[in-house]
Amino acid sequence: MRANSLLGTPGARNAGAPKGEFLVEALIRVLGFSTIGFVLLIFIFLFREGIPAFVRLPLSNIFSTKWYPTSGFYGTMPLLLGSLLVTITAIVIAIPLGVATAVFIREVAPSWAREILKPMIEVLAGIPSVVLGFFGMTLLAPFLREFLNLPTGLTAFTGALILAYMALPTMISVAEDALDAVPIGYRNASLAMGATQWQTIWRVIVPAAKSGILTAVMLGMGRAIGETMLVMMVTGNAARMPLGLDAIFMPVRTMTATIAAEMGEVAQGSDHYHVLFAIGMMLFVITFVINMAAAQTMFRKRRRGGLR
Amino acid sequence: MSAQAPTQIPTNRRHLTQKLGYALLATASLIVVVPILLVLGVIFVRGISAINWEFLTAMPRNGMKEGGIFPAIVGTIILIIGTGLVAIPIGVGGAIYLSEYARDSWPTRTIRLAIVNLAGIPSVVYGLFGLGLFVLFLQFGTSIIAGALTLAIMTLPIIISTSEEALMAVPTEFRTVSASLGGTRWQGIRNIVLPQALPGIITGVILGLLRAAGETAPILFTVAAFYLPQLPHSPFDQTMALPYHLYVISTQVPGMPENVQYGTALVLLAVVLSMSLLATITRSHFRRKRQW
Repeated sequence: MRANSLLGTPGARNAGAPKGEFLVEALIRVLGFSTIGFVLLIFIFLFREGIPAFVRLPLSNIFSTKWYPTSGFYGTMPLLLGSLLVTITAIVIAIPLGVATAVFIREVAPSWAREILKPMIEVLAGIPSVVLGFFGMTLLAPFLREFLNLPTGLTAFTGALILAYMALPTMISVAEDALDAVPIGYRNASLAMGATQWQTIWRVIVPAAKSGILTAVMLGMGRAIGETMLVMMVTGNAARMPLGLDAIFMPVRTMTATIAAEMGEVAQGSDHYHVLFAIGMMLFVITFVINMAAAQTMFRKRRRGGLR
Repeated sequence: MSAQAPTQIPTNRRHLTQKLGYALLATASLIVVVPILLVLGVIFVRGISAINWEFLTAMPRNGMKEGGIFPAIVGTIILIIGTGLVAIPIGVGGAIYLSEYARDSWPTRTIRLAIVNLAGIPSVVYGLFGLGLFVLFLQFGTSIIAGALTLAIMTLPIIISTSEEALMAVPTEFRTVSASLGGTRWQGIRNIVLPQALPGIITGVILGLLRAAGETAPILFTVAAFYLPQLPHSPFDQTMALPYHLYVISTQVPGMPENVQYGTALVLLAVVLSMSLLATITRSHFRRKRQW
């Protein structure tokens, strides 16, 4: 037994340890498993309040295209499409910036530039979304309205632009780790074959880090779809179907913004209340799927780690 | 395909491509960084005129258009402390379990999946959860305790993953030596591993609490008061908080003086960024002092 714990084999119990110690270790075990309990609690309480919406209202109402809660129309399609439009636009903006910045930091930048970039990105990660939303409302939206000659600056595009920056810190740091995990031999082999640094980066290192970069994109997307305050403050909050080519330059309303804006005013137990929880359920399921998919690639990387 | 390409392209053209490529990457990094500086700069320049002693220490007056933001500052500090009281023991305990006790088995993998999932749940969904469980089911009402508990669960994944990383970074030999001197496993953890990992754990705790300090959506329906010009008396009171206050005065109150809005944004930024700076300093100080 003692030999086991010498080698740090997990789970081996110390024979002859004082009784108090057993209690401490039991407590730590409980705390270790508590996160599973919290996920279950969140699941239970969202579904407990959300499922009644599906019992009380026909599916044709919940999945219709009209969101007029005051008249009993609870169509969530405009909100779902609004979330998708804003999120996808944000990710399309964030991918080139994020990947290029990660490559620049890891492969190209002189150390002084890295010393500036990394803390700046940490600062960006720390800026509360309500502050970015405030900035977007007061400065970016009026600027875009003038610049693009729009009737209002509070559009899906304005939201997506700021959202892209909110997704960047996550994307950059995960992509950086992915680039860092590419074995040094790949680089050396490529350089030895006479490829330039640039060719090595673009044709060897980035493709080798592809799955990690994909994880970065997925995690960034999870961030973006769940963002609330910023989106509520700058996207204009019009619950209409975002169809047509110009939808991106029109106001939209997302699922998150709808919950945040309306939950304060509904009566507990009303249809509207349960539908808002049902939207929360949908968000939970969407982010759950995205994060599980991202986790798969992350864990695969970890398991393969021994061979490197 | 690319096997032949390098020999076909003349060397100077290849180096030109490389220069262009590097320039492109540098430009992308500039596009990322410049707006951050712009946001910080504008908020500082426009907000600094509002900052004075009264603004920081007085109650709001006249529909929040005059006076100060004292109750919002105090509310945010109380929420940070409350969140920490709940999240630090659970988070650090969970990290100790994962780093020191857990085997690589399916229950452990389930814990890791749960952490990834907790980290990805949208903040507004935490708000719904807090409303459903703490405010309504447990009947805490809209209160500091409901808000702090909600924020604590949201903060957990950050505290657990950073603390676990700090614990894992302590070399195995430290544990082996402790055990070889007759220490039990827990004695080794408490006396050797935890003190060594402490700076890293502190960094993680600050990063977690920083997130709690800046979030608005989880406190919308669990704790935040629209306008409450007094300090809370018990954990079951509502309170104002800086992020929610900024949201309220920038969207819900017409005719709000601009410098009060920017001033509030500046105070919130100052709170969050000084915590972030503290985390960075702890981490770099620790790296320099570390012997292993």
